[in-house]
Amino acid sequence: MPALHPRPAVRDLELDLDAFEGPFDLLLTLLLKEEIEPREIDVAGIVLAFLEHLADRDEVDLEACGEFLVLISALLELKARALFPEEAAELDELEPEEAAEELARRLAEYRRMKEAAAWLVERLAAESERFFRLGPAPLAPRIERRLADQSASALADALRGLAVPPPNVSLSHMALRFPPVTQFLERFRALLARRRRFDFDTEVAGLSRVEQAVAFLALLELRKSGEIALSQAAPFTPIRVSRADEERIPAWTARSA
Amino acid sequence: MDSPLRLIAQNPVDRLAHTVEALLVVASAPLSVSELADATVDDPERVETALRLLGERYREGRSGIVLEQVAGGYAFRASRDAADACARLFERPVERGVSQAALETLAIVAYLGPCSRPEIARIRGVAADSAVASLVERGLIAEAGRESGPGGAIRYRTTPLFERVFGLESLAALPRLDDLGATEDELRSRLIEVAEARAS
Repeated sequence: MPALHPRPAVRDLELDLDAFEGPFDLLLTLLLKEEIEPREIDVAGIVLAFLEHLADRDEVDLEACGEFLVLISALLELKARALFPEEAAELDELEPEEAAEELARRLAEYRRMKEAAAWLVERLAAESERFFRLGPAPLAPRIERRLADQSASALADALRGLAVPPPNVSLSHMALRFPPVTQFLERFRALLARRRRFDFDTEVAGLSRVEQAVAFLALLELRKSGEIALSQAAPFTPIRVSRADEERIPAWTARSA
Repeated sequence: MDSPLRLIAQNPVDRLAHTVEALLVVASAPLSVSELADATVDDPERVETALRLLGERYREGRSGIVLEQVAGGYAFRASRDAADACARLFERPVERGVSQAALETLAIVAYLGPCSRPEIARIRGVAADSAVASLVERGLIAEAGRESGPGGAIRYRTTPLFERVFGLESLAALPRLDDLGATEDELRSRLIEVAEARAS
């Protein structure tokens, strides 16, 4: 299985830069150990070396290219942060040292996973003689659920319990508490039977706001049926109520006509 | 005249071993002790005794079928002696042409799983979509819920098939990452030596 074996093209890439001479792998290790300053490294030189390395080969190794891209971009980021510490801090709210530390940590983590992948490759090669049956699992039989003994009367009891009508829910707390209009109709008629006129405001004083509103509705009702006459000297002054036949106020009749 | 084999067959544990053997032949995936105990309606400890008996009977060098403890259960596989013949008749499609990217992704899921594609991409530095899709298609990894929070990414874990293909009793049989780091440390010390030699 040739595809499984990692090709060490990138690691063994030989570099000949001003600041460094040796394999790419060594350069990375020295950078991680902070033995070389990232700013001293000519990244373009590494890219050129890799391109020459690629040109020497007959086939394009995509895996190696991918690995190289990851590593070179991490290196570029490291270098950029070292060169522009202020901007880097603004960008990621990380100190350059922290950013470099984070990148080094990620590189180390990735490297551990590469080691784990290499172990898997070895393991797969060692276990290549394993042959076993593979296939979808057969259907499992339907398991019957065992129920406890049941009786018809128990079912009837259960239904009886459900059939009881629920208690009526009291809505008393929701009802508006005010007397019916008819109560005020009768009251005002009785009043006018005894007296020829009365003062509405005095009559409803002491009642609640809602009751006063109902009383006023009764007043309008009586006026509509022509039983009473209403007069008011000016807006917001007391309303005078009198029998329709007893007192006619020209102004009122003229307006309502 | 009774043959010795017939005498053994009358032993109750041996009768249980026959049943367990039959179940393992029918099964297409490893069976755990509790599954075998449920199916045989027998005591798990007795099932384990029967498995030991079968393990002795079906071992490398003695039989063409080998009983092995794998992926949290027991299963039959072909003996290594028969591997060449098996390879002429069957191939192992699961691992054929697995890319390096897929193996790295598999390692991440095996060690850090359940983990999501963004997590894998963060470690590898490149998108893991096609590697994850290929591993799911091969049945080596499977979905295992989502990350917490609305719209959380799908998380993946390795499957029992992964353990079986790699011959692992369980995920605990994977080597510790610290042990794997040994080569890295070795490399480092070698590199430091080179650097010091150059400096002097």
